[in-house]
Amino acid sequence: MKKVGFKILFYGAVVLLAAIVLMPFLWMLISSLKTQVDIVAWPPKFVFSPTTQNYYKVFAEQDFIRYFFNSTIVAVFAVGVSLLLGLPAAYSIARFSQRRLALTILLARLMPGISFLMPWYIIFSRLGLMDTYVALVLSHVLIALPIVVWIMSSYFETIPMELEESAMVDGASRNYIFLRIILPLSGPGIITATTLAFIFSWNNFLFSQVLSMEKTRTLPIAVFNFLSYADIDWGGVMAASVAIMAPALVLTMIFQRYVVSGLTMGAVKG
Amino acid sequence: MTHNSYADSNIRWIYPLPAILFVALLMVFPVLYTTYISLTNWTLTSGAAPSFVGLANYGQVLVEPRFLQALWRTMVFTISAVAVEAVLGVAAALLLNRVFVGRNLVKLLLLLPLVATPVAVGIVFNLFYDPTIGLANYVLESLGLPASSWISDARTVLFSLVIVDVWQWTPMITLIVLAGLAALSDEPAEAARIDGASEWQIIRLITIPMVMPVIVTAVILRLIDALKTFDIIFAMTGGGPGYASETLNLIGYKYSFEYFRMGQAAVILVVLFLIVLACSVAITRLSKRTAA
Repeated sequence: MKKVGFKILFYGAVVLLAAIVLMPFLWMLISSLKTQVDIVAWPPKFVFSPTTQNYYKVFAEQDFIRYFFNSTIVAVFAVGVSLLLGLPAAYSIARFSQRRLALTILLARLMPGISFLMPWYIIFSRLGLMDTYVALVLSHVLIALPIVVWIMSSYFETIPMELEESAMVDGASRNYIFLRIILPLSGPGIITATTLAFIFSWNNFLFSQVLSMEKTRTLPIAVFNFLSYADIDWGGVMAASVAIMAPALVLTMIFQRYVVSGLTMGAVKG
Repeated sequence: MTHNSYADSNIRWIYPLPAILFVALLMVFPVLYTTYISLTNWTLTSGAAPSFVGLANYGQVLVEPRFLQALWRTMVFTISAVAVEAVLGVAAALLLNRVFVGRNLVKLLLLLPLVATPVAVGIVFNLFYDPTIGLANYVLESLGLPASSWISDARTVLFSLVIVDVWQWTPMITLIVLAGLAALSDEPAEAARIDGASEWQIIRLITIPMVMPVIVTAVILRLIDALKTFDIIFAMTGGGPGYASETLNLIGYKYSFEYFRMGQAAVILVVLFLIVLACSVAITRLSKRTAA
């Protein structure tokens, strides 16, 4: 009897937890399917006839697709550059225990973005790089690079040294070992790093808010700009929010295991 | 395969060199530049050439009530958010640390707030908090409680923002602690159970002390991120009403990119930077101690 009671209590708590976590997502989705009249109704409507007009409105607007494209370009290039710079660095950190180097790069993850942003703003303005993909990608590399280095250096440490030592005895160069032996074994680590770096670049608001204007504006800024109208089009902004969150949420569902290990690894390893 | 012995023997600095150069150019140099700007009277609006003013900006900004209030608010926001997250996060981890139907699904759900775009999260909570159409007041009224003004009232705004941060980041602590719990050995708990310890005693006296280093690391990581909270505050209130939700990050943004008072803004950025640096030093000290 006591056991049954515990089970009911336990599952009750789990359901409550899940409901709290899901609530904002569900309300966002529900509101995105409502007409403006249904959204402003009091008490809030839980039963209504759904409409897709908000999505149609958002996507029919040519610019929104361009912002989607901008976000994708910036995230893809930022992650690509971060892998190019970060993979060799992470390998070196793992093999030669370069702890101080690792911490310096990690500082980029810990420091408030705004303390780099003001100098960037001044320098990029002088160089005529404001509102260009170059400036945005560079700033986003500073988000993605620490993630790549942190995750990959831990991952490379788990690959046994013996593998490299025997290749070295056979006369393989360091480059050969890194490119042909280590990297092909690092798939799971690279998936983890790429997924997380992409998501954090995709979600970034501050850097794009300052460095981009009309031409390179990314999605978070576009969604935020919905709020500036006096009469907020709640249906439209909720549809836009669903659109901006969908890629990160879908990636997370596909790569759940990798995302969990990437987010928790540093803390547990100590 | 060509064998380049120069590259081979110098690999330890050739491989990290591009990353080092990048970090030096885009992080170290800007931080030094910000520090330099904080010593000048630079404004982008006047067009006059900046001149060196020593510590004058510091003397001015550090005693300004608006700055001091933002500093205090940043502390209140950070500490209350992370305290709530720590308690709820550890409790949820202890709850979920068992085998049950749907465990994987719950863990997936916990990930979703962590990857959700903060600006969009802020906007959804804006709709929740809306005084005339929001779900938050509907829930309060259904429970027979008086409606609240949430983010439109200076007295409740910070608390309302803490709720958003708690919703989004508590799962971070839960997942980290869950991973820490999974790495623990069962033996001490088993031994205590055989000796007749109650479940509550085991959790309080064995499990929590054993997983403490992980909890502390998770909390410090959260402290550092909470100090820097920008997106949700900027999107939801812009620091308002009045200055009621203006944190250091917000005031730094406004001084830089709305008032263009670069010299004074740089002082705020340096202060914020130093606070975060202090927390970061704490985390590395701590991780060294647990590793030893």
